[in-house]
Amino acid sequence: MTGSVTRRTLSYLGIAAVAAYCLAPFYWMAISAFRRPQDQFDNSPVPARWSWENFSAVFSGDNGFGRALLNSVIVAGCTTALTLIIGIFTAYALARLEFRFKNAVLGLIIATTMFPGISQLVPLLKLFTDIKWINTYQAMVLPSLGFALPLSVWLLTAFFRQLPFELEQAAMVDGCTRGQAFRKVIVPLAAPGVFTTAILTFIAAWNEFLIALSMVNKKEMQTATVAISKFTGVSGFDQPFGTQMAAGVIVTVPLLVVVLVFQRRIVAGLTAGGVK
Amino acid sequence: MINMTTYDDASAAAPAAADAPRRKRRDAQGTRQLAAVLLSPTLLVLGLVIGYPVLAGFRESLYARGQGLDADGFVVEGERFVGLDNYTAIFSGDRADAFWNAFWNTTFFTLTTVVLETLIGVTMALIMHQAFRGRALVRASILVPWAIPTAISGLLWRWIFQADGAANAVLRQEILWTADGFPAKMAVVIAEVWKTSPFIGLLVLAGLQMIPRDVYEAARVDGAGALQQFWRITLPLVKPALLVAVLFRMLDVLRMFDLPAVLIGVNQKSVETLTMIAWFEASNLRYGSAAAYATVLFLYIALIAYLFVKLLGADIIGEARQQTRRARRNHPVKGRRKGAEVAA
Repeated sequence: MTGSVTRRTLSYLGIAAVAAYCLAPFYWMAISAFRRPQDQFDNSPVPARWSWENFSAVFSGDNGFGRALLNSVIVAGCTTALTLIIGIFTAYALARLEFRFKNAVLGLIIATTMFPGISQLVPLLKLFTDIKWINTYQAMVLPSLGFALPLSVWLLTAFFRQLPFELEQAAMVDGCTRGQAFRKVIVPLAAPGVFTTAILTFIAAWNEFLIALSMVNKKEMQTATVAISKFTGVSGFDQPFGTQMAAGVIVTVPLLVVVLVFQRRIVAGLTAGGVK
Repeated sequence: MINMTTYDDASAAAPAAADAPRRKRRDAQGTRQLAAVLLSPTLLVLGLVIGYPVLAGFRESLYARGQGLDADGFVVEGERFVGLDNYTAIFSGDRADAFWNAFWNTTFFTLTTVVLETLIGVTMALIMHQAFRGRALVRASILVPWAIPTAISGLLWRWIFQADGAANAVLRQEILWTADGFPAKMAVVIAEVWKTSPFIGLLVLAGLQMIPRDVYEAARVDGAGALQQFWRITLPLVKPALLVAVLFRMLDVLRMFDLPAVLIGVNQKSVETLTMIAWFEASNLRYGSAAAYATVLFLYIALIAYLFVKLLGADIIGEARQQTRRARRNHPVKGRRKGAEVAA
């Protein structure tokens, strides 16, 4: 009996430790965002005076943060949409059809995820400079497909494999063409997996930094992650941490809400894919 | 929809046994065509945004920019072929020091973070697996570090590691974390481990939940202690999931850029990685030299991935292979990815 009680206590302590490990730095970011700028370097665990000043500073002045958020949404949204449109067909073929070299194709697609972004970046940077694509959305979206597409094909293939394809065969016996069977039977069944893949791809594209940093040198075209890292303080030298923490909260909280609402699906996606 | 009509399976409805072999052949051919049609967009895009740049990058690394003298002593402008000069330049003189520094930094980060992540991740998974209550809370909180963009987490840790910031206040020390030096390396390692060990924890937890309870019961009946159970049952059974997770993490750290660039800054000796050095060259328009660094990094990553798969037998597409084998034995394909659901 006492053994069980100690076990219980240990388990609760462990749970608390894990939660603290994961949440403490994020808590610190949120709390620092709500401090008044003059108490910024105060290290009390809860701010003495709460204030929204850092948040209004994010959108004020020449940070151009609203535009940066919009850019992020456009780039991550286009990347996700394109990736899904292309990836769904490939994943369907990989999960459903029998053909030679199937494993080779899957292996090839996965192998592309190991390519370092920088070896992709240098020639593309040169190419895009030549064709005047620097400071355009397509210069950020196209290279992003390089990491987003393998990720989503991999996830979608894992999800599609779980589908009952006997239903599709039954529909075909009942007179549907393969195209109809795919549209009317498989697509509705696959929707949850596609949705999960969309979330994971969107998050990956939203968090992208290297490409967005290199392909753009105009402030109006910067994505949010790049813009935040380039915020300048009043004097130009001291880093405006309060503003940056507030901007970090703004960028992260929508993601967190989505992640927490759909956590079951996301965990299923992460473990099915085994990919970042 | 892409041209689904090429494969109009009208014959599928005809049940005549006599033309079964012919139909099978036609089916197979149709399937091949359909597969080719469905796969080509992805392969085309990957060829364009990954295949082409890697090859073009290799070509680029053999060229240099700017003025030079050709064989006859004339001044030539623009790009010229310099053979392996970009590579020899990397490995000679001052630049050799910079290269080896970046190389060892990259290797150091990879080793330390992956080892720490694995230890912490496995511990987290064991704790969550034992949990009576509060599992939902932990699973939610474990996704928080994962969802924060790396660049933002770099800023967050830069703030924590300020000279008069939270880290020094908690430790009652005055360490200059974000200045160039060994503490800067530690800061990067801590930030990286914080962000990614929950991910390993999640994958290992999924592996743990697939182990049937009776295996442990049998072991207990046979007199195995808790430690023995861990070494003899838990570890071997979660090994495949763990190996794949570790492989992906390694490949990711080897190309690390965002975190040290934001947390400490580019061109800082103590945290410069191979990607950062290549990026710095590229941003100064020395494309040939940047491409040479990128190619070296690419080969290094390929070597590590190859060794890892060969020595430890990480089987990335293992499930796909099994599936094909089973399908060939004419078993109907059924959803058997239990791993995906158990974690939920």
